[in-house]
Amino acid sequence: MTVAWITVALLTAGTVAIKAAGPVALGGRELPPQLAGVVARLAPSLLAALVVVDTFGGDRALVIDETAIGLVAAAGALVARLPMFAVVVIAAVATATARALG
Amino acid sequence: MVSKAGTRTIADGIKAGLPFMLPTLAIGMSFGVLAEPVMGAVAAIAMSFLVFAGAAQFASVGILAAGGSLASAVSAGLLINSRFLPMGLAVAPALRGGPVRRAVESQAMVDASWALANRGDGTFDREVMLGATIPQAICWWGGTAIGVLAGSLLGNPETLGLDAIFPAFYLALLAEEMRDRAALSSALLGAAIALCLVPFAPPGIPVVAASAAALLGLRARRS
Repeated sequence: MTVAWITVALLTAGTVAIKAAGPVALGGRELPPQLAGVVARLAPSLLAALVVVDTFGGDRALVIDETAIGLVAAAGALVARLPMFAVVVIAAVATATARALG
Repeated sequence: MVSKAGTRTIADGIKAGLPFMLPTLAIGMSFGVLAEPVMGAVAAIAMSFLVFAGAAQFASVGILAAGGSLASAVSAGLLINSRFLPMGLAVAPALRGGPVRRAVESQAMVDASWALANRGDGTFDREVMLGATIPQAICWWGGTAIGVLAGSLLGNPETLGLDAIFPAFYLALLAEEMRDRAALSSALLGAAIALCLVPFAPPGIPVVAASAAALLGLRARRS
């Protein structure tokens, strides 16, 4: 097997295990009610982190590049309640344009 | 079986997932274009089919492309996927059946379907998650295949600005979560935690550590 295939195999096995861990360990049990507020806030916490890391995260450094311009454009499109395909196209075009000009 | 009024079905989940098809297709194409020269056509498509987690796949392939070791490619991917641990705990009560069925259903957990299934009250909608994953899977696998096969026609994904689609995709999902002040404060704190850790922690850790921002929810319960 090549390095690529071993990577695929190990990453698959690990990801399957990570995804299954919580649901299998908890079984059918409910989470304690004190945690309801925590669970409700998990999605905004993680999604916001994914946004900023994908935009500003470099190799162990914060980087501001043309992706940030795409993100600002996408935010504007979302505020304007444009449809999702427009949000995506605007983000890509803004970033591509900034790169072409830069 | 007749569903209760207000109960959401798999079809509702598919519908909720439809707007996220285009970004997933575009990100899948970018992945295919980047992965094919590094790992070959078949392994690249197999990776999207089996690993089915975009951010981790980009990280692993990026490390292999830069000449990094197998161990660092795998561990970077797994660290990035470590967010599925808290996400899995959150969705666990909504899943059904014994351990095997739960393990299988949990594989449908991807960022978009998990977020769309979040009811915002501490519970998740199993049917919405399972349904919303279907268009995600079609576009992720199809997009990867298109990128792998048509990579030379598409050119460099960065020239087209396709790398800006990933954060825009997460931003759109985040926008759907902005139901109240609690969501806003968690998002701001989560982003701050992640940004502070990026310079010091390996990739993946800043995001999973941002889940600590959700602990603000403990304080809210006390009042």
